[in-house]
Amino acid sequence: MRRIASFIFALLIGIAAHAAIDPFEFDNESQRERYQHFIEEMRCPKCQNQNLAGSDAPIANDLRHELRRLLQEGKSDREITDYMVSRYGEFILYKPPFDTKTAVLWLAPIIFLSVGVIVLITVVRRRSAAQALPELTIDEQARLRQLLQDEQQVTLKNDNNRRAEPW
Amino acid sequence: MQRFKLFIPLIAFIVLAVFFFAVQKQIGSGDYNPENMPSALLNKSLPQFQLPDVQSGATIAADVLKNKIALVNVWATWCPSCYYEHPYLMTLAQQGVVILGVDYKDEPEKAQQWLQEKGNPYIAVLDDRVGKLGLDLGVTGAPETYVIDRRGIVRLRYQGPLEQRVWDETFKPLLEKLQNENSGG
Repeated sequence: MRRIASFIFALLIGIAAHAAIDPFEFDNESQRERYQHFIEEMRCPKCQNQNLAGSDAPIANDLRHELRRLLQEGKSDREITDYMVSRYGEFILYKPPFDTKTAVLWLAPIIFLSVGVIVLITVVRRRSAAQALPELTIDEQARLRQLLQDEQQVTLKNDNNRRAEPW
Repeated sequence: MQRFKLFIPLIAFIVLAVFFFAVQKQIGSGDYNPENMPSALLNKSLPQFQLPDVQSGATIAADVLKNKIALVNVWATWCPSCYYEHPYLMTLAQQGVVILGVDYKDEPEKAQQWLQEKGNPYIAVLDDRVGKLGLDLGVTGAPETYVIDRRGIVRLRYQGPLEQRVWDETFKPLLEKLQNENSGG
């Protein structure tokens, strides 16, 4: 039983390792990493929301080949991004540069977060304000002191007479 | 005021529902297609190319369109919408519209057969079997049609098959404008 289990486990490891291998060969590891980064960060122009890594569309396949070619030609990251944007527009970038067109896109999370924080602070403040008691006037303070003193005396008395009611 | 606050989620829901419904309706009627993107080439020069003609094999370069207002039509025999579009391109060619064909990622033999059987509306058909020109144009599929003005500048990109309605709504007004643009100078 154990041997079968370990055999199956070994098979699974094999599959995982195979899935991780890209069909492309690269000159070095940094090229492969850059390639991975590009296909993760670039959007397939034909698809609405899939990156180049995840898409099976023919155009995504072409662009993956093109990326590999550009990387092997020794193009810089900047040159590759410009190359793609000049053909497919900023649509292809999952992280477009900040400008007037994309300002809403970039700023919306910050704006929503700030609105949320402001609402939270207001609610919390209002609630704690409702719970806080108004300050006592001098007369009331005097009365309170009097009451507390009386209470103390009662307690003392009770302490002296331990047979009082067990409360 | 307190009562009004209770209705905020409902109001937000209605606003969103109306918005999504309207977008969906526009997609349904074909007025809006989220896949249609403005070309990155708009108002820029058509990319340079030097490709063989599918039929004659002669090298064709960008100067075939020199001083011409022309359409560049990207098509392929593997593209179903291109079958639908082809008769309309024939009509346009008969009306004297200059159309340069780009046979995109296709087998030239099939393209030759297509042109023989169905007619050839193009002044030339570029054999772009590796899709290099398609890539430079930012083509995402076929058919796609570009309008090029006399100076070789891309003025319109249209994704999808050409037909009478599209022609009347989008192409005709633009071509008329382009005709007038240069006739004065």
